[in-house]
Amino acid sequence: MSELIQSSKVSNLTKVNDFVVKFANVNGSGSASANGMFAKAVFRMGIPISPHNIFPSNIQGLPTWFEVRINEQGYLGRREGVDLIVAMNEQTIGKDIASVVPGGYVLYDSSKVLANELLRDDVNYLPIPLKDICLEEFEKPAQRQLFKNIVYVGALSAFLNIDFKVLTGLVSDQFRGKEKLILPNIHALELGHHYASDNFACPLNLRLEKSTKNKGKILMDGNTATGLGSVYGGATVAAWYPLTPSTSVVDNFAKYCKRLRIDAGTGKKKYSIVQAEDELAAIGIAIGAGWNGARAFTATSGPGISLMQEFLGLAYFSEVPVVLFNIQRVGPSTGMPTRSQQGDLLCCAYASHGDTKHVLLFPADPKECFDYAASAFDIADRIQSPVIVMSDLELGMNEQICEPLNWDDKSRYDRGKVLNAEQLEDIERYGRYLDSDGDGIPYRTYPGTHPNKGSYFTRGSSHDSYAAYTEDGSIYAEVMDRLALKMETAVNYLPEPVFSESTSNRLGLAFIGTTNSAINEVLDNLAKKGITLDTMRIRAFPFHDSVTEFFDSHELVYVIDQNRDAQLKSLLKIECNIHEEKMHSILSYDGVLVTAQHIEKSIIDSMTDVDVSGEVPA
Amino acid sequence: MQTNDIGLTRRDYEGTLTTLCGGCGHDSISAAIIQAAADMSLEPHRVAKISGIGCSSKIPSYFLSKAHGFNSVHGRMPSVATGANIANKELYYVGVSGDGDSASIGLGQFCHIVRRRINMLYIVANNGTYGLTKGQLSATADLGSKTKSGEESQFDNIDMATLAIELGASFVARSFSGDKKQLIPLLQAGLSHKGFAFIDVISPCVTFNNTDFSTHGYKNTWENYVALSEVDFVPMREEITTSYDAGKEKEITLHDGSAIHLHKTSNDYDPTDKEKALHHINAQKKQGKIATGLLYINQSTADLHELQETVDKPLNSLGNQELCPGSKALDDINNTFR
Repeated sequence: MSELIQSSKVSNLTKVNDFVVKFANVNGSGSASANGMFAKAVFRMGIPISPHNIFPSNIQGLPTWFEVRINEQGYLGRREGVDLIVAMNEQTIGKDIASVVPGGYVLYDSSKVLANELLRDDVNYLPIPLKDICLEEFEKPAQRQLFKNIVYVGALSAFLNIDFKVLTGLVSDQFRGKEKLILPNIHALELGHHYASDNFACPLNLRLEKSTKNKGKILMDGNTATGLGSVYGGATVAAWYPLTPSTSVVDNFAKYCKRLRIDAGTGKKKYSIVQAEDELAAIGIAIGAGWNGARAFTATSGPGISLMQEFLGLAYFSEVPVVLFNIQRVGPSTGMPTRSQQGDLLCCAYASHGDTKHVLLFPADPKECFDYAASAFDIADRIQSPVIVMSDLELGMNEQICEPLNWDDKSRYDRGKVLNAEQLEDIERYGRYLDSDGDGIPYRTYPGTHPNKGSYFTRGSSHDSYAAYTEDGSIYAEVMDRLALKMETAVNYLPEPVFSESTSNRLGLAFIGTTNSAINEVLDNLAKKGITLDTMRIRAFPFHDSVTEFFDSHELVYVIDQNRDAQLKSLLKIECNIHEEKMHSILSYDGVLVTAQHIEKSIIDSMTDVDVSGEVPA
Repeated sequence: MQTNDIGLTRRDYEGTLTTLCGGCGHDSISAAIIQAAADMSLEPHRVAKISGIGCSSKIPSYFLSKAHGFNSVHGRMPSVATGANIANKELYYVGVSGDGDSASIGLGQFCHIVRRRINMLYIVANNGTYGLTKGQLSATADLGSKTKSGEESQFDNIDMATLAIELGASFVARSFSGDKKQLIPLLQAGLSHKGFAFIDVISPCVTFNNTDFSTHGYKNTWENYVALSEVDFVPMREEITTSYDAGKEKEITLHDGSAIHLHKTSNDYDPTDKEKALHHINAQKKQGKIATGLLYINQSTADLHELQETVDKPLNSLGNQELCPGSKALDDINNTFR
């Protein structure tokens, strides 16, 4: 029954610590925790990994994939092609087997005979009778279903040489407090491990070896880091409307608040979370709280951003700090709600009607999600305006290896220019929108500060320096000019771009956020072909001057956008006056993370008329 | 000039000069708020005034200049007020809205702020029309009510008071901008009430909706106005010297120690019975009458802060020390991701 269906003629991949394992499952079948356990086990063996969930907008029954790239060199982007598929979904098994590279492996449930048309003569099959094993070993129907997933992880541990002790350690960690579950899970792992060892030559040539590459690092998803960063950044008010893929930002904020923000004496909460009736109310609540001096945020995604436009204009014009986490997904409209894109750049940079501009931060890994979440509150308070942190589904919902989170205990929240009662005493006439410092940033007061001084009327209608309504065009223009100046000041508080060590090449590469995961691989592979590029990872908008300088000092810069319309390139053109001929767009918008291969190919294709020695294409 | 208990004169409670039409009901509401706050000796700067967009939403400019105000977005005052209240539970919150702002574009937000039991006074200056855009019918205009241009309302109206009661508001009243005697004590009681206090104030639009055929005009309101009971508000500090006739009076003591006295009229109205309150308002409406006064009160509901068990200090007063868990806790968290 369980002989290896492998003709001796089929070659098999020989790869150590450098391959892609993909799990094809049915969503709602309990595969997520088993697949996560596999990824974490490889991580604990010290080998760099990057797991990617490719999941449906559905609760049960539709296809879902979990793709794990394992790469000793630390290339954490996606790689095209699958070396080993765990084919657990009958709906997609044809496509799944077809996705395997020649010489690769197909692990499948052999309780049912594999249809003839699914047999390829250039891949290796690893049949495991998962259903039969579970039927025999477990009594409850739910266990029989769930443990199939654990059994294949056990089998993989034999095939790929995963340290079994690492797996059992993970089970113990996962079920701490639910000890009854530990033994059956370990038993299921052993069943898989034994079956594979008894029936196949284990490990395969595709296998893992312990490494030290993950020393000190953590494996975390971006939304966890964002929620935690909001706790550290001093947010006390979160208002939100559930929306994939942003939901887990507030879930994590809630989780860590329950742990870290309970008043020791009274057991009361030093935070408030409101699940609003929609995104309009969510940002309205955050703005109301921000106006009244609490650090407040909301988290959403594309459709929510569309709904929040009017309020973002209010916060910009009436100068109220608010932090907004946009975990971007694929639009337009409902789009592909569970796929990733960098498609909201333009609609966030200039959100709302009229002349507006908003600060955007572009985190590239969970550590930056944490850091930017925390600092977004400082920036918003300093500039008294919205700050939008532009994460995406890829970063928000997938675990990623990064440096551990770090907090400087000497740091203090910067609440910006806020006058207290004593300071107001010394002021003859307070003007909410007076630019006393010449940096475009006026002084705020919180409601209730002083009996006679400091009150003002906040409004989204045109106002003068003293917050009084005006329809005087010249006063309106003055305010608009000051707001523009304020945005120039804001740049000083924003993270600078990250440049490559060398900036002397003729070609450059500019990008934001999750595109970063592919870049090292792109550079190494192109270097082998004699193409060298300098890189600039932009981390904030409005852009620093150094962004323009990077374009000035290069003959051509490839601008990578994970959207159809080259939105980053458009922003650069609008804001930095960069000539069209200086930029070459590389686009990726199929809903999954851009791969190094795609970027490399785009660059090489653009050079078709020239040799690859770095000549600039015509 | 006469001063109140905290040494302030009426002028200390005033706002900027009104820009509304002469005779606008809304100006009477501003005047009533000024009087109510002055008589209660509220500290003006401990009030936050929040509104949406429309004629009604200009009202916060015209009272309590020493209080912070926030004229926000059309129909979205409830969310802004919710956030402000969450940030600092120690202030008084007065939301001022209109029938367009709260019954049409903002109906969703209105429903949800009621459900969330925000501790505030929410006033709807209700004129049945869109003034700033020159007289379109609003969702509170009664079926058959006509605007100045002769347009007749073909749809049933939304009754904000019954809606508020059904959604769980713990203080619901209706009044008329022209009836200072009734409106002022209701405003005072609403401010003193702990929880969500709602007052639907019929406030005629003299320019666009004050015809003989308009149910929100002065004529109709005076003629069909039924006060369920006369209301007196007795601030906490005042020693209650008058002896009330137990048979004819009902006293309701509010959380801050102040009291409402209801002088019963002919009917035997009990504002603490939700079902009867709804029945009574609807019965009056059937006869073309407008039930006014304190329609419903429930003093035993918790507000959002109590439900969420937030700390005693206002959230906006917490600093680094209280909010930041520090590096040691973060190291421990890092370890759970290894």
